[in-house]
Amino acid sequence: MTILIVILSFGAFFCLYRALQGPSIPDRAIALDIMAVIFSSITALMALRYKLAYLIDLSIAIAVISFVGTLALAKYLEGRSLDD
Amino acid sequence: MTRRIAYLVLGFVVWMLLVYTFQYQEVLVGVGVALLTAVFFGRHLPVQPSRLLHPVRWFWLLVYIPVFVYMCLKANIDVALRVLSPGLQIRPGIVKIRTNLKSDVARVFLANSITLTPGTMTVEIKDDVLYIHWIEVGASDITAASKAIIGPFEYFLARIFD
Amino acid sequence: MIEVLGWMSICVGVGFTALGCLGLVRFPDLYNRMQAATKCVTLGTCGVMLGVFLMSGFTALGVKALLCALFVLITVPVAAHALARGSLIFGVKLWKHTVKDEFTDDRGGESIIEEEK
Repeated sequence: MTILIVILSFGAFFCLYRALQGPSIPDRAIALDIMAVIFSSITALMALRYKLAYLIDLSIAIAVISFVGTLALAKYLEGRSLDD
Repeated sequence: MTRRIAYLVLGFVVWMLLVYTFQYQEVLVGVGVALLTAVFFGRHLPVQPSRLLHPVRWFWLLVYIPVFVYMCLKANIDVALRVLSPGLQIRPGIVKIRTNLKSDVARVFLANSITLTPGTMTVEIKDDVLYIHWIEVGASDITAASKAIIGPFEYFLARIFD
Repeated sequence: MIEVLGWMSICVGVGFTALGCLGLVRFPDLYNRMQAATKCVTLGTCGVMLGVFLMSGFTALGVKALLCALFVLITVPVAAHALARGSLIFGVKLWKHTVKDEFTDDRGGESIIEEEK
């Protein structure tokens, strides 16, 4: 289980590389979105590994927040205001 | 009104799954929250409530799930091979396809299915035309491209949602 | 038996997620990266969550994991779709070997395919 968590962390590290390096804004945005989803699955694995059931709530919260943030950025890129 | 009631029931079920303890305080708070959201957002429920209780549609949904999982696994193996192959084996492009699905929910699910299946990603939906980013452009003609990309899904989704 | 299935599901999920992240680094332009990352990470996370559900059964942990898998399955493609559309309108360049771009042709804008040097 620990090895799997380490592999996922390497995945998040690749995403971090793309987020720092990415030539354009959407590159960084999608990298951060994917990174958040990976963190959500790392959290679920940690809930299983350490028998802490409440960590899965955190995992759902991370997924929700990253989704809303990415949608807001996509709206901004289209040049519309945030309320329509 | 029926829309609001359907929203209330759905919201309450999701709440109970999220807390997953059956003490009376949780149930009371759940009823309160579901009632509030149903009053404020009930009219935005995108499905017609009568369709939620249609057994034939649920049957087709159950048939659709294995097909979807199979396509999804195929897509992932495809992407993994492309990532691991030494030269970049891609020939991308954005093509246009046309769908026969009528309702908005069906189109959204079609777009999601397209995004999760081999080498294609939906970019934009404009009425019945979808713009697809295709990692390996196979057909440039609009009818041929439609057949190649959405052939397997349209059949099921039309039976589930339309 | 169910334990073994859960382990298999988690391992497949983690493997595909790692490959998707590798794709995020390797592919040449935003849209191809998005394809690789979205597909692999969605299936990977769903696999992990399904594995957690299989290994913990109908407890609070398992049911919430299943709910989270459903949520990720619906939202990640939608986010990628919105971001791809936004960046096409914003004018992020396509890769230089892109075959065609009917979206920009139909909108009547200038071509945003990167020029070959």
